[in-house]
Amino acid sequence: MNETRHPLRLPGTAVLSALAMLFLYVPIIVLVVLSFNASDMTTIWTGFSLHWYAQALGNDTMLIAIGNSLTVAAAATILATAAATSAALGIARSGGRVRTAVEGLLGLPLLIPEIVTAVALLMLFVLVGVRLGLMSVILAHTVFCIPFAYYPIRSRLAALDPALGEAASDLYAPAWRRFMRIELPLLAPGIFAGALLAFISSLGDFVITYFVAGPGATTLPVYIYGMIRTGITPEVNALSTLLLLASVVVVAIVFRSGTTPANQTRGDKNS
Amino acid sequence: MSAIRTSPGLLTAPAALFLIVFMLVPVGLMLYVSTLERGAFGGVNWGQHTAIAYEKLLFERDLAGQIAFNSDYIAIILRSFRLAAITTAVTLALGIPTALYMASLTPRRAALMLFLVTVPFWTNLLVRNFAWILILRNGGPLDSALATTGLVTPPLDILYTPLATGIGLTYSFLPFMILPIYVALERIDRRLIEAAFDLGADRWRVLSRVVLPLAAPGIAAGAILVFVPCLGAYVSPELLGGGKSLMIGNLIQAQFGASRNWPFGAALALVLVLVLLVSLALLASVKRRERLAS
Repeated sequence: MNETRHPLRLPGTAVLSALAMLFLYVPIIVLVVLSFNASDMTTIWTGFSLHWYAQALGNDTMLIAIGNSLTVAAAATILATAAATSAALGIARSGGRVRTAVEGLLGLPLLIPEIVTAVALLMLFVLVGVRLGLMSVILAHTVFCIPFAYYPIRSRLAALDPALGEAASDLYAPAWRRFMRIELPLLAPGIFAGALLAFISSLGDFVITYFVAGPGATTLPVYIYGMIRTGITPEVNALSTLLLLASVVVVAIVFRSGTTPANQTRGDKNS
Repeated sequence: MSAIRTSPGLLTAPAALFLIVFMLVPVGLMLYVSTLERGAFGGVNWGQHTAIAYEKLLFERDLAGQIAFNSDYIAIILRSFRLAAITTAVTLALGIPTALYMASLTPRRAALMLFLVTVPFWTNLLVRNFAWILILRNGGPLDSALATTGLVTPPLDILYTPLATGIGLTYSFLPFMILPIYVALERIDRRLIEAAFDLGADRWRVLSRVVLPLAAPGIAAGAILVFVPCLGAYVSPELLGGGKSLMIGNLIQAQFGASRNWPFGAALALVLVLVLLVSLALLASVKRRERLAS
């Protein structure tokens, strides 16, 4: 089909989508450019410099915050991905009401506004006596990481031929071996994509962490928030650019793994 | 280890239990706390039930115990609704044409654009809002750019206004609008569009009579995915908005921070959840009508 005559190509859609993309990328470009600014003033360009990167990476408090972020993200990713993989296998094998109920439960963290999850968890932790610290942050992050890990795994599972697992069973593979030798390797791309999405969601979370982190559990976003509130130094630009880079790399990997939202829809159709 | 084959229940148990303990129970606890009496030094008095938290949404008690109508909180809730509605409208106006354009591209180009829309979506919310501080602040790039046109005299004083909050919200949630609409457009059977053309419909008629109705669930999903988080937004109003554009999210935070009024904070959070449930019910009815129509 001739692209310029495509039925969905209406006058103005090209212009409006160009505007939308401009709107999405101008702030990112401004941020990245200013992170290489030599000036002390955040918005006045005086020349190229890596000064603020050196400054940011030489800041001990910030390194601790990065360490906390990575610890929390790694722990929450492992917990959430394990639970989500297991749940995806279980849900694929159950039907009807159980399936609807568990899937509803898994989607809940995406539906409830973050601020509500944050204060609800804060109340739970305080009342039950969980000390606010890295542990409470890990538990809270696992909650909202589970759906991010679950959906790519489910779509991968939906695209699998169930005959493969059945063949393994017919050949007398015990359930555990069938899982390790057949299902796990075939699911691996979905599990990998889910784990990455969980990891980046945890790394980026601010609102929930802000509420449930104790004094010693400052993560990078909470630290950046503090810097923004107390007065902007160009160091924040450098840090933000590094976070941005991490997101781009992760999203690119997920896209290459083929578990994009568009593919997920295709998976839904087949299931 | 035959459990893996025989018991789906055991496989779903870890995730289900985790979400029950750390999602359902806390929300239930919130419901309960909203009916309790506020403790003298923060926290709550257990077993002391009262409707004061809900009453506080509309009325205030002065020192003599007189009850008077207080519109402060209603004003914040209405402002949140207004900002969320405007943001939803703007993202719809940008999102529908963008999704249409994406759906008209070759698969390779569409995939590239999907990637470009997804990157900001996964970029840290704080970072994205911070970038707008850089742009909107007096003496920032927007000021300088507009000054060179000679049409306006800087400073523009956009930062720390509801307009800045609106820009931040629109920016944060635009991908939430584009993605579901694009997915819905992708699913449309192209033969229906061709049939409409064959029957003599022009492009606008095909759009209004065939494409948009078929994409309605995606559009409705996008609208809810934007509206709901906007209503509970905390970061954009806090960083870009300043004191005069606080939203429900900031009010809730204040109750758990400085004010130490858990019951009132919990009541506000429940109002938010209630709005969400109503929105979802509306979405479900759109989908049901969709199913009946087809």
